Amino acid sequence: MATQTAERPADTHTPEAVVVRFAGDSGDGMQLTGGQFTLSTALAGNDLATFPDFPAEIRAPQGTLFGVSAFQINFGSRQINTAGDAPDVLVAMNPAALKTNVEALKPGGLIIADTGEFTKRNLEKAKYESNPLEDGSLARWQVLAFDISALTIEAVKPFGLGNKDALRSKNMWTLGLALWMFDRDRQPLIDWLEAKFKNKPEIAGANVAALNAGHAYGETAELGGHLHQTHIPAVEHEPGLYRTVTGAEAVSLGLVAGAQLAELPMFFGGYPITPASAILHHLVRMKEFGVTTFQAEDEIAAICAAIGASYAGQLGVTSSSGPGIALKTEAMGLAIMVELPLVIVNSQRGGPSTGLPTKTEQSDLYQAVYGRNGDAPLPVIAASSPSDAFEVAIEAVRIATQYMTPVILLTDGYIANAAEPWKVPDPKSFEPFPAKFLEEKNAKDADGNDELLPYRRDAKGARPWIKPGTPGLMHRVGGIEKHVETGNIDYSPANHQKMTDLRRDKVLGVAVPDQEVALGDETGELAVVGWGSTYGPIRQAVRRWREKGRKVSHIHVRHIWPLPKNLGELLAGFDHVLVPEMNTGQFKTVLRDQYLVDAQSLTKTSGQPFQIAELEAAIGKYFDGIEGDEGGEVPANKAQLPEPQSGYDDGTLKGHHP
Amino acid sequence: MNDMTPIETTLKDWETDQEVRWCPGCGDYAILKAVQRTLPQLGSDPANTVFVSGIGCSSRFPYYVESYGFHTIHGRAPAFATGIKLANPDLDVWLVTGDGDGLSIGGNHLMHVLRRNVNLQIMLFNNEIYGLTKGQFSPTSRLGTKSPSTPLGSFDRPAQPCAFALGSGARFVARGFDVSKNLPDVLKAAHAHQGAAFIEIFQNCIVYNKDVFDDFAAPKGAEAHQLWLEDGQPMLFDGGTKGICLDREALELRVVDVVDGDWQAAGVIVHNVKNRSIAHMLVELPFGAFPMALGVLYDDPRPTFEAAVIEERARASEGKEANLAKLLGKGQTWTVSGTAADPV
Ligand code: SF4
Repeated sequence: MATQTAERPADTHTPEAVVVRFAGDSGDGMQLTGGQFTLSTALAGNDLATFPDFPAEIRAPQGTLFGVSAFQINFGSRQINTAGDAPDVLVAMNPAALKTNVEALKPGGLIIADTGEFTKRNLEKAKYESNPLEDGSLARWQVLAFDISALTIEAVKPFGLGNKDALRSKNMWTLGLALWMFDRDRQPLIDWLEAKFKNKPEIAGANVAALNAGHAYGETAELGGHLHQTHIPAVEHEPGLYRTVTGAEAVSLGLVAGAQLAELPMFFGGYPITPASAILHHLVRMKEFGVTTFQAEDEIAAICAAIGASYAGQLGVTSSSGPGIALKTEAMGLAIMVELPLVIVNSQRGGPSTGLPTKTEQSDLYQAVYGRNGDAPLPVIAASSPSDAFEVAIEAVRIATQYMTPVILLTDGYIANAAEPWKVPDPKSFEPFPAKFLEEKNAKDADGNDELLPYRRDAKGARPWIKPGTPGLMHRVGGIEKHVETGNIDYSPANHQKMTDLRRDKVLGVAVPDQEVALGDETGELAVVGWGSTYGPIRQAVRRWREKGRKVSHIHVRHIWPLPKNLGELLAGFDHVLVPEMNTGQFKTVLRDQYLVDAQSLTKTSGQPFQIAELEAAIGKYFDGIEGDEGGEVPANKAQLPEPQSGYDDGTLKGHHP
Repeated sequence: MNDMTPIETTLKDWETDQEVRWCPGCGDYAILKAVQRTLPQLGSDPANTVFVSGIGCSSRFPYYVESYGFHTIHGRAPAFATGIKLANPDLDVWLVTGDGDGLSIGGNHLMHVLRRNVNLQIMLFNNEIYGLTKGQFSPTSRLGTKSPSTPLGSFDRPAQPCAFALGSGARFVARGFDVSKNLPDVLKAAHAHQGAAFIEIFQNCIVYNKDVFDDFAAPKGAEAHQLWLEDGQPMLFDGGTKGICLDREALELRVVDVVDGDWQAAGVIVHNVKNRSIAHMLVELPFGAFPMALGVLYDDPRPTFEAAVIEERARASEGKEANLAKLLGKGQTWTVSGTAADPV
């Protein structure tokens, strides 16, 4: 069955890190396979980063190029910051998966393909004129092709499933083989399958049988050739309790932790949107923490209900993605005007408009910082990795409640879906910041009587939070410009000037920790300044150049607005500033505006995260001695993207009528 | 309404020091007075009462009531009110909206707040015009309404607020008008209803749509065209000389003459506030051929949204401890000691 039957080499391979990409039809369960492989990798003590890459269509027609779903994992015995540039191993469950992913595979990399799916029809759907497994076109790589479909059917025979159901276990067969390849324990996965299909023992049995069969296949002696067992030793991690976490999970946990630290019940208003819905799904399962979730009729109602809850004394939170955030904009203006705490999470995706719903981008930075009518400032912070999102969410809650302001938390599709190992933090290590409510009148009038001034500010510039229901503190708030202290309607020119200044100063005065250098020295030839999910590739690229002795540093900004007070000075200590972003240069523009610094852009908007090599090349231009050879744009890597043909514009699929 | 100890207040206690900014003679003044007169009768506590509004002339209302007030954004008041009620169900929340605010830009939210049955009193001031933006036709303007944006007369068919509410799933639908002495009774019935109580209040915009409701809502002389509905009472109007009967063949309502007060002989039907089918007919009665149906058209409570949310939260939290450290360390974890990892 194996296309090659060379002698199995005696030595085992022990590379520092391996990148594996599972690719198949959206119905093949590739995300689940990847997720479970991730867990086993984490349990084996490797460091890792993942990149789930799936189509916008839920069930795209089988076998088509645009229906390919992939999951990439990079794991190793050293620190891993990215999902890896090029895979070492590609598991291709059908011709379409091979076609859309093979170009990214490292030369000499291993292709594992299911010959059972390389039928004439599937080859046609993938637009192959001849079978690539046979026509020599894959000569650059090693190919291991065998009939996984038939082997799976064989393995699950005792469970009496029809072929269609039996083939559903194909992904478990593949996973079993992968577990063997990397010397992994099957037991946690078997436990998981048995728990998941507790009420369907035949399905559990079939899946376990397929898993074992895949594993046994690896073990059989006649195989070999390209397939070796590889053992990646555990990475040296700080001692402690670990788990894997995705960005969406970490944001949810951070919001709950933040609400607890603020001693507030939390109200979450959401509306289904990719890729932000995951946060709603996580939070509905945390109701014992005083969490109320509300799936609203639209994005606007979701934020308005959250503001209503904040008004009534809870921590209001809403979350969405670019198009939904656009709809929430007017309500954000109201929250700024009535000065109530609110956290708005934007899991950015490719835009504009519907754009690339399942692909990642960082192109909502302008929207977050500038995108409202009127002078409407609010703090903006960004998470740089799935685990960082936990702390960032707590920070967002702290700023919102301490400064009585809406706060935007930026993550992106990559952070939201990607998983990484996370040292479980001790909640006690976070300083509580209990929210305070005004209980009695806070001023005296001219005659010395107690008086309520709903807009009298504290030293931080924040107005008091007054819960309806509090006796004696009845007052009115709204979106019309209000008097600087009484909050009564006041359109007078001097008052509006003053209120505009106060709102601006409050946000500019938010205490932001000084910017630190993530990697490298505080001065040098080149500062590579990133924000958000570009952290991993920037860090690795900078590390590589530093190892070659170049004076390059990585600065990663969490506080997008207001910016850290020392950032301007820090940047001035470098000859050049390069800002890699998955947009057309938005943060670069902010930095130029704020510091008059000659920041250069490196941009990428292909819907895919930066590769380390791309950044390495861009950084290299600063050290090649060629004048003016810096900054620029990373061309879209077509090999990384499924064919852009899709269904109908409204999201329904051709030939698919729900 | 909430199970709160009644508080003794007077009309004066519900007035703010804010200068009222409606045009002199606007119907809003009468509605404000009716509300301020009703609140003491309900035993409402100003500290526990919240008025929430959107944008428009009517939405200035909260500024003039000495309670908590939130003047929000155009059309979205139902969403804010939902958040307020979910965060604190004990608050007594009144929502003030208009025909443009509630049925045009905010039609979606109004529909959902009604179907969810959030426990609120929703007052929709219907003046069939956009007042604050200087007189454009609104979604309730009658066909042919001449306005700055329809100089030749409007040509889109008007929405019917009460039919919209009932169609959205409202369990309480009532009607009143600004200068009506019965308005406080309608408000009281709405307040007594547990759930979303929808009240359409015809309101005279004397500047841009003067006296369009005079046929049935003039301060004097229009009584003959008012059908005041009362639960358990025959549907009589025009001093008891006329009534409403059900044509059982055609399945529609008819006006009949009542001779010598013998309404039974005339086949006049008795109003049953729980009869949803009749309610559907009442909200659709074309004015002219019929009188204007006023008062409580429909009132049949169902469990409220916030009760369901609280119940669900309790169920979801049952037997679970709010232990953050445990939550963070949930799922498949492993412990690193030195370099070895042990699954736990
Ligand atoms: S414009 Fe009409 S509705 Fe508005 S305040 Fe004046 S009279 Fe009243």
